[in-house]
Amino acid sequence: MTAELPLNDIAPGTWKPNRGRSETIQLIIKIICGAFATISILTTIGIIGTLIFEAFSFFGNLPSELSKDSEQVSYMQGVIHFLTAGRWTPLFASKQFGIFVLISATLMITFISILVALPLGLLAAICLSEYASPKIRKVLKPVLEILAGVPTVVYGYFALLTVTPFLKTFFPVEGFNSLSAGIVLGIMITPMVASLSEDAIYSVPQSLRDGAYALGGTKRETVWSVVLPAALSGIVSSLILATSRAIGETMIVTLAAGANPTLGFNPFVPVMTMTAYIVQVTKGDAPHGTIAYQTLYAVGITLFLITLALNIFSFWFVRRFRQKYD
Amino acid sequence: MQDIRNQTMTDTALKAEKISVYYGSTLAVKDVFLDIPRNQIVAFIGPSGCGKSTVLRCFNRMNDLIPSARVDGNILFDGENIKRFDPVELRRRVGMVFQKPNPFPKSIYENIAFGARINGYQGDMDELVERSLKGAALWDEVKDKLKESGLGLSGGQQQRLCIARAIAIEPEVILMDEPCSALDPISTLKVEELMHDLKMQYTIVIVTHNMQQASRVSDKTAFFNAQATEAGGKMGYLVEYDETQVIFSNPREEYTRDYVSGRFG
Repeated sequence: MTAELPLNDIAPGTWKPNRGRSETIQLIIKIICGAFATISILTTIGIIGTLIFEAFSFFGNLPSELSKDSEQVSYMQGVIHFLTAGRWTPLFASKQFGIFVLISATLMITFISILVALPLGLLAAICLSEYASPKIRKVLKPVLEILAGVPTVVYGYFALLTVTPFLKTFFPVEGFNSLSAGIVLGIMITPMVASLSEDAIYSVPQSLRDGAYALGGTKRETVWSVVLPAALSGIVSSLILATSRAIGETMIVTLAAGANPTLGFNPFVPVMTMTAYIVQVTKGDAPHGTIAYQTLYAVGITLFLITLALNIFSFWFVRRFRQKYD
Repeated sequence: MQDIRNQTMTDTALKAEKISVYYGSTLAVKDVFLDIPRNQIVAFIGPSGCGKSTVLRCFNRMNDLIPSARVDGNILFDGENIKRFDPVELRRRVGMVFQKPNPFPKSIYENIAFGARINGYQGDMDELVERSLKGAALWDEVKDKLKESGLGLSGGQQQRLCIARAIAIEPEVILMDEPCSALDPISTLKVEELMHDLKMQYTIVIVTHNMQQASRVSDKTAFFNAQATEAGGKMGYLVEYDETQVIFSNPREEYTRDYVSGRFG
């Protein structure tokens, strides 16, 4: 029996595993990977640290900017002014710092873009994953993804020079307005919604569809009552990601929505979003160290906190509602 | 005359006449003739790839959902060719339970109510849910958590939920595609007991890899085998179909004898 086991016959020294060397290589790889991971973490910490630091100095300087001869403004009053004032005029002689003016513009344009992207993107996703023949799907999906590759500045010009004149025939819109910017922004994020939702719908197991068909379900009943609810968490998270993208989008809103900080939700007039304001200031109007310069960071951190909150919500939502199929 | 017709109608629930199934240009199953008697349990046994599940899926036209599949031959359901049925209507009357439990990601209640609702059930939904769950011997285990997700149940409970879901729409035939292959022995036993009870009301066709299961639960057994084709694939065919007792104790074919005695497969 033992004679049949060839291993016993092998002369010593045939196998020389290089344990020592592979451990050294392993260690070097570990160090390199660790270094790169640390760099990306440090960069993030650095950016957030700068944001927080400069935002704090903004709030530190805010009271003296707001104080007039007759009355002194406290630190708390400065913060309250920031959150509640109805005007945003840091570059003017009479400075006001009502951030909600910028937030309202951002929210309104984002809302309009979601109104466009949700039905377009979701229906495109359903169509691609459930109704399109493999041939059509093969053509349509890349086309959709090309749409995602169009530079945003092109979208911006499209909004300004094509959509706005078109809207003028129906609505009393001005040359710059949030309706046009919102619609085009919606078109921009549609591929994202469609592509991610399509992934979510596509990953619903075939066994669930079979189960619905075997109960005498029609295609419509199967898709709408079984497949879509099963893909809900993925669809919602795609929507939230697209929303974050819309909130942070800069070029389209700068070009098409104007640079006129206006409080309110009138989609026909020029407004100024948070991102558009950041563009305006960084283009060089504000000297380093002034309060106008520091507003950049105050706006930046507000923007950051909004998208962070959305991402956390999306993370929580997906974990809460995700279905596990083995 | 009327009597004779009723007689034949009650005797045979499903009749397969020379069924062949193709996937693309590949012949997967060839020339199956089979009568499924009413209110009996018929088991399909055979080695992997012999086309048992494929034939089963012909009975409720699930193969229609696979774009490349083509079914030749005729299947009569209550004496009428199933090609003349609307597949949606056929599937309501010929229910199916799958190999892997596939409850919908909805509440236990909604899992049952879904099929009833899409088929236009007008009666008392609560009562139907209770009756179906009792029919699948699951009621006592879930009656206090009907609003919880069906995915929270154990594998065996999920499979009984799927059976409850299938019987909720009051089919005449239930097709079971290896319903116990993902279950532990105790859950398997429960499902088998359930099949005995369901036999009073329904005709059951079960595909199984487990020969003991076939001999325990079924009245008739069909043995399928696969033969190698010239193209290098496998083609399934029906070897022998008889009373279960005959198949397991005194089959006509050599292949069947070898298979049921565990010599291959």
